[in-house]
Amino acid sequence: MAYALQQLINGLTLGAVYGLIAIGYTMVYGIIGMINFAHGDIFMVSAFIAVTAFTLLAAFDITSLPLALTAVLITAIFFTSAYGWAVERMAYRPLRGSTRLAPLISAIGMSIFLQNMVQLTQGARVKPIPPVLEGGIEIWQSGGFTVQISWTQIMIVVVTIALMVGFTWLITQTAFGRQQRACEQDSTMTALLGINVDRTISATFMLGAALAAVAGVMVTVYYGVVDFFIGFVAGIKAFTAAVLGGIGSLPGAMLGGLIIGLIEAFWAAYLSPEYKDVATFAILILVLMFRPSGLLGRPEVEKV
Amino acid sequence: MKKTLIATAFLALGAQAQLAHADLTVAIAGPMTGQYASAGDQIRRGAEMAIADINAKGGVLGQKLKLEVGDDACDPKQAVSVANTMVNKKIVFMHGHWCSSSTIPASEVYAEADIPMATVSTNPQVTERGLKNIFRIMGRDDQQGMVAGGYIADKFKGKKVAVLDDKSAYGKGLADEMAKAMTAKGLKPTLRESITAGEKDYSGIVTKLKQAGVEVLAYGGYHTEVALILRQAQQAGLKLTVMGGDTMTNSELVTAAGAAADNVMFTFSPDPRKNPDAAPIVKRFRDAKVEPEGYVMYAYAAMQLFADAATQAKSTKYADLEKTLRGGNFKTVIGDLAFDAKGDQKQPGFVVYQWKGGQYDYAAK
Repeated sequence: MAYALQQLINGLTLGAVYGLIAIGYTMVYGIIGMINFAHGDIFMVSAFIAVTAFTLLAAFDITSLPLALTAVLITAIFFTSAYGWAVERMAYRPLRGSTRLAPLISAIGMSIFLQNMVQLTQGARVKPIPPVLEGGIEIWQSGGFTVQISWTQIMIVVVTIALMVGFTWLITQTAFGRQQRACEQDSTMTALLGINVDRTISATFMLGAALAAVAGVMVTVYYGVVDFFIGFVAGIKAFTAAVLGGIGSLPGAMLGGLIIGLIEAFWAAYLSPEYKDVATFAILILVLMFRPSGLLGRPEVEKV
Repeated sequence: MKKTLIATAFLALGAQAQLAHADLTVAIAGPMTGQYASAGDQIRRGAEMAIADINAKGGVLGQKLKLEVGDDACDPKQAVSVANTMVNKKIVFMHGHWCSSSTIPASEVYAEADIPMATVSTNPQVTERGLKNIFRIMGRDDQQGMVAGGYIADKFKGKKVAVLDDKSAYGKGLADEMAKAMTAKGLKPTLRESITAGEKDYSGIVTKLKQAGVEVLAYGGYHTEVALILRQAQQAGLKLTVMGGDTMTNSELVTAAGAAADNVMFTFSPDPRKNPDAAPIVKRFRDAKVEPEGYVMYAYAAMQLFADAATQAKSTKYADLEKTLRGGNFKTVIGDLAFDAKGDQKQPGFVVYQWKGGQYDYAAK
């Protein structure tokens, strides 16, 4: 029991991170109907910004944790959103009128560019940060096994929940949210009604990037090391989460992330860790076979 | 008739003269990018220094050496395409690749093109396939697995040991050999699992180890994953002693795992930095701000091996080089090298090392 509980905690933490990244995929898909293949690398860039920020803070001897964490979060969100904006400006906007394939390929190009840029400027080695937020609490002991939740795991779950609440409010209650949903439904009509579609799309990319930035900072704190390659695996998993939950649907992305995190944790716990990715993707295939629009997605309605 | 002869003679002379001025191209290949790029970096620094030194002494057979660098990112497909590129560049010698899974397919290309190669890949299959052009300047996984597994069985009798690998040609081969050697000495592994390389979250497997009460982890794979496992084990309140292979020489392990890297043990050939003959080279590396750890000295040695073999054979033709390499004895910074019929080093020798306070040194017997 204790063992299962520990794996549940591991899975939820991992799932929360996947979910946060998946929202970026889903939002971009919702508004322009395309996958942002550079999104995983935006997350990676954020992790690097976090490492730099943490190192700088340590150099200035700022050790108060809430202060340091807030400073790093703000820095990461600021710069990472700029990257998100740049990706849209360079890889998507110039190609908006062209075939669907062209922007996808230019986004893959962006992804390779970001990876190589970070590798060339930051080096290929792993970057560690000094331990932040060590330790945790023991919540239960049974049969010689102690269930532990580390402070970072608590932080990840709490931050994710807070972000989800804030985000739902942003999309459903604010003027920006209305514009964004309008663009999703019919961007031409929205433009005719006097909404700046370009600006809304830019903002969507930046919001997605901001969530990836938060995920990047938390992963940096959680695992303590980053390298220029982390965007790839995380990106693929988060993309899968978005598709599983129903691409275009925000709660779907979060649900998909949690499901993938839990499958990974429990498959590794009770079956073989060797085949956990096989299991994840097999379930994705099954879901898509029987419910092609994903778990919470709506079937595409042909727009007339 | 006479005129043609003279003309031919002139042409031949001209060609000769041109050859004497052309550079000899040698190459290295390995993961220059990707998650194991730090190993590729070590190889590049070693080879660059060696080539600078050889060229400063007048080159090989009067010709300067030129270095080509191939990047396979430890991806077998990319490795084959790197190999073909190198063949087109008319290289006369290759040092690489690094990952066994890259070396095995790429070596077929070099063998077909008659290019001799030195490698540090440790999978037995590297030399077991009967290729004539391959020379391994490092030991083999069956040898290192035997040393590592035997050490675990002797040292940690009665403790729970898990054997873990990363599904790569190198990692799985090594883990299997370690498990075999342990079992032969009467210590049966409690767990035998595989993980996926390149991920960041190993909390699942760490929890599993904790549940099984594992204290010692025999790991086949690369340093990047071990560092994360150690760090996450520490967070989960699990203290692990790790035994791994030659890839654990990388100081990135300490950067990434911090204090948890203490008690990581691994097998590696005797430390070339301790070789008194190599002291001046070690100093030159340190002056250039390169710590000659891991594969740095091996890449240096590979270039020395080529230079020495070409000088002894007085030729850079494949047939001459291969014959000389197989029969000869070569002095390098990693000690004397001589090869058996398969191309394996005659005296490989593995020693158990241990990380302690950010430095690795021989472990207590």
